[in-house]
Amino acid sequence: MRDVSIIGIGQIPVGEHWEKSLRHVAYQAIAAAMHDANIERADALYVGNMLSGEISGQAHLGALLADFAGLRGIEAVKVEAACASGSAAFRHAYIGVASGLQNITIAVGVEKMTDDIGSKLTAGLASAADADYEVIHGVSFVALNALIMQRYMYEYKVKHEDFAGFAVTAHANGAHNPNAMFQQPISQASFMKASMIAHPITLLDASPMGDGAAAVILCPTEQAREFSDNAIQVKGSAVATDSLSIHDRRDPLWLHAGELSAQRAYHQANVTPADIDFFELHDAFTIMAALSLEACGFAERGKGTWLARDGEIGLQGKIPISTRGGLKARGHPVGATGLYQIVEAVQQLRGQADANQIANARLGMTQNIGGSGATIITHIFEGK
Amino acid sequence: MTTEIARHWRLNAQRYQLIGEVCPKCNGKIFPPRDVCPYCADDHAQPEYKFSGQGEVYSYTTVNKAPEGYEEMAPYTVALVKLEEGPLVTAQLTDVANDSVSIGMPVEMVTRKLYTQGDEGLIVYGYKFRPHLVAA
Ligand SMILES: [Zn+2]
Repeated sequence: MRDVSIIGIGQIPVGEHWEKSLRHVAYQAIAAAMHDANIERADALYVGNMLSGEISGQAHLGALLADFAGLRGIEAVKVEAACASGSAAFRHAYIGVASGLQNITIAVGVEKMTDDIGSKLTAGLASAADADYEVIHGVSFVALNALIMQRYMYEYKVKHEDFAGFAVTAHANGAHNPNAMFQQPISQASFMKASMIAHPITLLDASPMGDGAAAVILCPTEQAREFSDNAIQVKGSAVATDSLSIHDRRDPLWLHAGELSAQRAYHQANVTPADIDFFELHDAFTIMAALSLEACGFAERGKGTWLARDGEIGLQGKIPISTRGGLKARGHPVGATGLYQIVEAVQQLRGQADANQIANARLGMTQNIGGSGATIITHIFEGK
Repeated sequence: MTTEIARHWRLNAQRYQLIGEVCPKCNGKIFPPRDVCPYCADDHAQPEYKFSGQGEVYSYTTVNKAPEGYEEMAPYTVALVKLEEGPLVTAQLTDVANDSVSIGMPVEMVTRKLYTQGDEGLIVYGYKFRPHLVAA
């Protein structure tokens, strides 16, 4: 296996891109990443996307985007793992280079959410869950997370207000990210007053859905200097799975796949949680931020919210999270989210995070969650 | 939409009667049925097992913004129900106000309409749970 580095990144602002189709937003991100890496060709393109078939009536994104990006002829496929599709595509681009089968690969994540904003989108998102035994009962994706959060609050005697720090921190960081969907800070008081979506989840527990596309370019570390003088190395890459449905899990309050993939990534990188300088986690809902911190060993079981309460997740804290706004403020363009996380980690490690820069950031981690925890993908990156 | 009908028809035993399985090796009660035992990974044929339909609320929430096909029922309560034999199931609660549900509340299975499939009006029935009336 060869060491692999990221030599280019590209993204578009997350939001409502009514005027652009899926292929246009994807191309913008790919072109920006190729320009950043100063390359004109690649050996393969991996596309992370969840809902193009349901929302835009378009499958077969590999060939579509390869052609549209002027790369007709190269190997290209779509990779789907619900909300973890972006990191899954990255994982395949990584395997391509690490294995020696491919030399330069592109991973792009793209999602056009706003082509349908009604019940069709709600149903599409729910298809990440078990169709026969969860979705048939009318359970929305928000409701699945609410079922976990409700039990979590009961079991660990945690109050709703204890989750406020996750949303407040994410929005504070998003305020300085020009690509974030929401760039206004929120207060603890506004968190407490937010309207209910699915008890106990309110509007400010949930991340906003938007259109988005982000891309990265990978090559062997030994060749990275030919393309970039600020290449970022992939030190750990791991995917783990759990049951699709919450009811089939041994412990519905524990992200087993999060623990497994984090442990594998730590092992590959030969690091422990204490070595990680920042963590781009999957705060699709505040409860997921708490569970992710626990599964990855940053907090004890049931104590994920304590890190938020104690200010340890801020830019100066013990384990900064969502440093560019996270899903909560940057937005959650489902199949693109994993690649936004990785692009943001690279920005931090290159020292390009502007007002949100973490001093001396050397090791960054990302974790992307598919469904209510069935696919969880963890990556660790190292800067100079 | 015959394929849609088949998709639901093949689950009738589960939807109407909570028919699961019992593992011949570890005696674990399994619902929904699956080909490999979730407790001991045994993959021998598992005899059918009919669940009693008694359980308690493990967690719950209210769906206000419903997925396509469920809009007219909203708002409704969905729950994770802990069956007395062990497994959790996801289901709607019925015959109860959304705001009077609590964790630990005893519930029992009933058969109700789950949803109406739009184009052809195919009605899918299955299990829901209602508060269990405990004898005084
Ligand atoms: Zn067994």
